[in-house]
Amino acid sequence: MKGARRPRTAVLIALCGAGLALVNFPLLALWDGDATILGLPLLPVALFLIWGGLIAALALASEGGEGGAGQGGEEP
Amino acid sequence: MISPAVVLGASFGYLLLLFAIAAWGDRRAAEGRSLIDNAAVYALSWGVYCTAWTYFGSVGRAATSGVWFLPIYLGPMLAMLLAWIVLRKMVRISRVYRITSIADFVASRYGKSPLLAALVTLITVIGIVPYIALQLKAASAGFHLLTGAPGSAPAAAWWRDGVFYVALALAAFAIMFGARHLDLAERHEGMVAAIAFESVVKLAAFLAVGAFVTWGLFDGMDDIWAQARTVPELSALFRLDGGGEPFAYAEWFSLTILSMLSVLLLPRQFQVMVVECVNERRIRRAAWLFPAYLLAINIFVLPIAVGGLLVFGPGAADAETFVLSLPLSQGAAAIALLAYIGGLSAVTGMLIVETVAVSTMVCNDLVMPSLLRLDRFGNRAGGDLTRLLLNIRRVAIIAVLMLGYLYFRIAGEAYALVSIGLISFAAVAQFAPALFGGMYWRGATWAGAFGGLLGGFAVWAYTLMLPSVAKSGWLPIGLVEHGPFGIELLKPERLFGLTGLDSLTHSLFWSLLVNVGLYVGLSLARAPAAREASQALLFVDVFRRGGAEPVFWRGRARLDDLKALARRFLGAARAAAIFEEEARGFGPPTPERVADARLVDRVERQIAGAVGAASARVIVASVVQEEPLTVDDVLEILEEASQLRGYARALEEASAELRAANEQLKTLDQLKDDFVSSVTHELRTPLTSIRALSELLLDAPELGPAQREEFLQIIVAEAERLSRLVNQVLDLAKIEAGGAEWNWTEVDLRALVTEAARATSELFRERGAAVALDLPDTVPALRADADRLMQVMQNLLSNAAKFAPRQGGRVEIALREEGDGLVVSVRDNGPGVAPEDRAGIFEKFRQGGDEATRPPGTGLGLSISRQIVEHLGGKMWVESEPGRGACFAFRLPLHPEREPHERESADR
Repeated sequence: MKGARRPRTAVLIALCGAGLALVNFPLLALWDGDATILGLPLLPVALFLIWGGLIAALALASEGGEGGAGQGGEEP
Repeated sequence: MISPAVVLGASFGYLLLLFAIAAWGDRRAAEGRSLIDNAAVYALSWGVYCTAWTYFGSVGRAATSGVWFLPIYLGPMLAMLLAWIVLRKMVRISRVYRITSIADFVASRYGKSPLLAALVTLITVIGIVPYIALQLKAASAGFHLLTGAPGSAPAAAWWRDGVFYVALALAAFAIMFGARHLDLAERHEGMVAAIAFESVVKLAAFLAVGAFVTWGLFDGMDDIWAQARTVPELSALFRLDGGGEPFAYAEWFSLTILSMLSVLLLPRQFQVMVVECVNERRIRRAAWLFPAYLLAINIFVLPIAVGGLLVFGPGAADAETFVLSLPLSQGAAAIALLAYIGGLSAVTGMLIVETVAVSTMVCNDLVMPSLLRLDRFGNRAGGDLTRLLLNIRRVAIIAVLMLGYLYFRIAGEAYALVSIGLISFAAVAQFAPALFGGMYWRGATWAGAFGGLLGGFAVWAYTLMLPSVAKSGWLPIGLVEHGPFGIELLKPERLFGLTGLDSLTHSLFWSLLVNVGLYVGLSLARAPAAREASQALLFVDVFRRGGAEPVFWRGRARLDDLKALARRFLGAARAAAIFEEEARGFGPPTPERVADARLVDRVERQIAGAVGAASARVIVASVVQEEPLTVDDVLEILEEASQLRGYARALEEASAELRAANEQLKTLDQLKDDFVSSVTHELRTPLTSIRALSELLLDAPELGPAQREEFLQIIVAEAERLSRLVNQVLDLAKIEAGGAEWNWTEVDLRALVTEAARATSELFRERGAAVALDLPDTVPALRADADRLMQVMQNLLSNAAKFAPRQGGRVEIALREEGDGLVVSVRDNGPGVAPEDRAGIFEKFRQGGDEATRPPGTGLGLSISRQIVEHLGGKMWVESEPGRGACFAFRLPLHPEREPHERESADR
């Protein structure tokens, strides 16, 4: 019961690493182009999409509750 | 244009609303029905991150450099991914050790050092005052724009300046809801509720302006973009290297990291996230709600910026005020006023929380230590100091706000909003190594933290603050352009000839390099002292301690001294509560009236909530005789504590076992009582009828022989039933006690089942039930007691006969060889056994079904049967679905393991 509904440490750290990589050099250069998405420029759309994706992933990791006890970090 | 009276009226009306909400929040907190114990409100209060800088500055930044406004919000997103790990630990540490500010946190970790606390406070004040000025400037600029006053300069004298009164009103708010009473946890629920409300207002206002620009002035976002494409300067905003220069990836990265740190380290963020946290479990949800809030408030930044540039033409208007000037230029006064209120909410939210947080630090870590040094203050023994503490804090609130106002009046025009904000961010980023390092690295020492902070701060001041001051014209600009005394290597923005970085990245790199270098280097150079080591253990292992915490204190303390101290700093009521609670938990004080280490620690922690850990240490040390601890002592105490924890756990386990045993005894006792009352009840029924009929026979000699015979037959049947019952009880007792005799022989189970079915066929015939036998031709013989097995079979069959329905009853008897055993099952189509009865059906006197409708029986048959089967090395069970009959079955092994032993005991 105590272990239910707690995000897993490893998942969070992995997400943070992925986020850091996605919005920085060199991946950042990938989103820079003349293309448009639904009539909007690629760069801001891509950044907002990555942002939204990270929020969704964090929400899933936090609310999904698949994290078992003992994996939630240092708490006994 | 809107008349100043309307703008001022709306502004003060809004402030009044804030007062009302805060008062409501405080009242709810007092009633114990917290408004803010809720992930959404908690996350909204974190929205205080979005200040005027977001509200006005982001649009300005987007108008000049496109997506560059984003790293300041992507950083918090990345930080929130780790909130559950890092922030939760900060909250837990602060909760356990009653930490109420960043200065307190850092000082407490490194041995409760007053010097460190003062340094952190100083850095905060120097770094934050310009930021406060920036907020006031934004409010002022907005006001002037809205009312059409010329320029954004505070042209009027200060006593006619609306911003001055806004600052005063905010000071009043901060005093009322941030320093009304001495809350030991420094929690202010009313203030947090108001801040959460402000977050809603600024988001709604910004979205309203965004929607107005996007769909009112243009035909959606794609229309803005389509128009912007045609203007080369604007289409460049959507590319990384739009300005013609190569994209500054290093600056982008450092902004991301900087904001990632700031979202946890800015005083106001620490206040709302850590100090005001009601429940650390709320972090789980708030951690993703907060970035979602940031995303929502940023979604219209680019459309507003580009829309403004399209409407006014590039460079024609100040992009930082597009939020106001765009609606105003279209005659949408209501939207403009709403936007102004939104901006005001961003300003006021930041100012309130920041001043409360900074004033706590100033009071606890600058003023208190100085006061404690004064002899006169020390001699005012016995007086209640809580009022004085509150007053110091109130004065500090006013002082911080007025300092900000002064800065705004003097330097208001010097710098753009964004650069002031970043200078503050870089200042608080200096706390990162000492604070985060201290949470995870036991070896970090006071010297490392102090050296790192001081070095990092010095480099920050030299490389970032100094150039900004010089560029404002207060220092010769040559200092920046040619270096002090013309030494090129010392140029503040090109230190040691490092080029290729913007000034922020340059400063951040050097300051954090020096900071981390000194922090790690000095920590490694000298082992931590006892107090540092003990605090390090308490911080780093905060999640590992369950209840039994080590108390790193040795010495002698008189109870009366401690009581007097607690009264002075906590007030009489709180002090009395602590000592009462103590007496309840650990018995009345010893006759010598000496306080133990735990009580000293407890009092110190409570006082720390009021004046900060470092001051509390000094205060408590003044009335107790303390033995200095060595590192060995620390290890010893830790060892004792962990042993104590071990003992406590063992004791807990032992008492749990005892409790369980006691429960079992109680159950057995209850069962015995039930058994006795059931037996007597079962005995009484036949006895009553025997006695009644015998008396009748005796008293009525005129009875006919037929009648007489009938009565006698009943008496005989009842007597038989009686002796059967007594036999069964004795039988059961014998089996249970292991005293029964067992006659092991080769048994042909097929023959035995057939014989049992034949013997009970009369029962089935009477009941009108059909019996079906499903037996294999031969089965291996097994070793068992044939008579006992017959008893089991007859019991199962008579049960089946009793429960089979009177119409269409059907009983199936099956025998199967399964593995190295034989399984016999008896299935009826009666009412079945309810799931809740299934477990107890084999217990004594437990009979299936409803008491009123079930057939008569002793309630011992199944219990005896199971005992027999188990004694023969098998097991018995029941399968049933209510309404679809029951199937009683047992399985016997072909080669029982316990037989030889049985025979021995039978022989004896």
